[in-house]
Amino acid sequence: MKAWFNPQAIYVLWLREMKRYLRARSRIIGSLGMPFFFLIFLGTGFKQFRPAGVPDHVDYLQYLAPGMLAVVLQFGSMFTGMAILWDRQFGFLKEIMVAPVSRVAIVLGRTLGGMTTAFLQGVLFLAVACIAGLQLPGLSGWALVPLFMLLIAASFVNVGIAVASVMHDMQGFGLVMNFLMIPLFLLSGALFPIENFPEWVQVLALADPLLYGVDGMRFGLLGVSRFSPVLDGLILCAFCTALVITGAFLFSRVDVE
Amino acid sequence: MIIVHHAGWHAFMEAIVTHELTKHYAAVTAVNKVSLRVMPGEVFGLLGPNGAGKTTFIKMLATLTTPSSGDAVVCGHRITQDRDAVRRCIGMVFQDPALDDRLTGRENLDFHARMYGMKRDDRMKRLTDVLELVGLAEKADVLVKQYSGGMKRRLEIARGLMHFPKVLFLDEPTLGLDPQTRYHIWEYIRQLNAREAVTVILTTHYMEEADALCSRIGIIDYGTVITVDTPAVLKNSIGHDIVTIEATHAELLRAALEKEPWIQSVTVSDSTIVAQVREAEQKVARAVFCAQEVGAQVRSITVRKPSLEDVFLHYTGKRLRDDALDIREQRRGGHP
Repeated sequence: MKAWFNPQAIYVLWLREMKRYLRARSRIIGSLGMPFFFLIFLGTGFKQFRPAGVPDHVDYLQYLAPGMLAVVLQFGSMFTGMAILWDRQFGFLKEIMVAPVSRVAIVLGRTLGGMTTAFLQGVLFLAVACIAGLQLPGLSGWALVPLFMLLIAASFVNVGIAVASVMHDMQGFGLVMNFLMIPLFLLSGALFPIENFPEWVQVLALADPLLYGVDGMRFGLLGVSRFSPVLDGLILCAFCTALVITGAFLFSRVDVE
Repeated sequence: MIIVHHAGWHAFMEAIVTHELTKHYAAVTAVNKVSLRVMPGEVFGLLGPNGAGKTTFIKMLATLTTPSSGDAVVCGHRITQDRDAVRRCIGMVFQDPALDDRLTGRENLDFHARMYGMKRDDRMKRLTDVLELVGLAEKADVLVKQYSGGMKRRLEIARGLMHFPKVLFLDEPTLGLDPQTRYHIWEYIRQLNAREAVTVILTTHYMEEADALCSRIGIIDYGTVITVDTPAVLKNSIGHDIVTIEATHAELLRAALEKEPWIQSVTVSDSTIVAQVREAEQKVARAVFCAQEVGAQVRSITVRKPSLEDVFLHYTGKRLRDDALDIREQRRGGHP
């Protein structure tokens, strides 16, 4: 058994994430608010003036739903990654770092924990979205959507880990939110097809991993997509792998001060 | 490997041996060529003012920071070569709290035990034992958020012991705690040292703490260990006792005492005379006689052995208390 594969340590890091998640009820409900209100108010408000490129037979609210689901996953998992900063603030990071556990195992445990919490958030969002009128897909969608949900979560937990590894306090948090998370959300095609952007913005959008996540989930939920779901899946997998490696690499260089 | 086999510093049975351990930060040398040995079962104290290099020293021993030069062997493992082996055999209690306050006390300990790869049965049994040892058995299932400062510190000590370490590092274990809680923590440290046979390395800038707990003390200042010995030997090394006399006509009495050959030095302030005297118990009668001769009325005489405070003053030329005050002043200035 290799030193970095430490199932017990990975498990307990995951377990801690679960316990903290289930104890933070206000966070669970609070983080559903923004995407839910976007979904019902944008979805109903733009019903008549829907953006160009949304297929005619698709209701705008249905079109918006996978995008909002992606946002729930993006923000939820990035917060879990950034929780390293909280741990640093409250000293618990030292407790994790002194243990005879490899940094890779720590990143794996955190990633699995963040994936699970983000996934649960996503499922909760789908449930509320159904109340708002989201129509659920057939069987193929059921297989595809969770897969994309997990890939998005794994990617953004590691964006969070990477950012938290190079930032040393909470000061830069707003910076990251405004200059990384919001653009990634707006470029992802969550609100409208990216063909509405000028060409140079479209190029930027193609470099956004969330684009492929939204596209894949849209295929799963509605059966419409820009790329084939297989291509979406492969590209997202590539992004995800790169981000996990980046996260693990940057975290491995963190000093215990 | 060359260093380890170098004659005279191979660690046969010591809990800790350091060899010219040094740490430089940018412009400062935090720890400067410290060589010392700690035997198993000792409570070894590093006494020094804030910024003396105590924390850096134990951080190197705990493999949290790498030495700039020199090396050390902890429980038979070299800190520069075998990080995980060192980590497995030591427990660490940090100066600042390092608990997850959204978890209960028990969950914090369980987390730690699993990170150290303990098996289920060992874990359960050990959890009960260490909670018992620090008197937190009844509060085990309360969220740490609701613990008091003293309880948190006790929980951290329990956690440090969880994985049966051979050496436990305590960095300023009672910093910021009230006197009563501090006294309790001392009790727990004594108990764990006796019951668990664990070697304890603690840093402190409290004289009473070093005196009350430590079998040996290293006095450290500016990154250098100035002297290492038992509290008793350190105090005797000063070589004199301190006699305080309260009397009328203090100035006259001082002049008279100054002429006596057995007086090493004497100072006076208001009606209090402080004299440094060898084997003071035998000289008290002589002092009273002197007072009668000059017509001074003695109200009280006290003889005391030198305290560690006096020892520290002797070796470093400054008082610990002044230093603590300076730092507080700086903080006040720096953060209005």
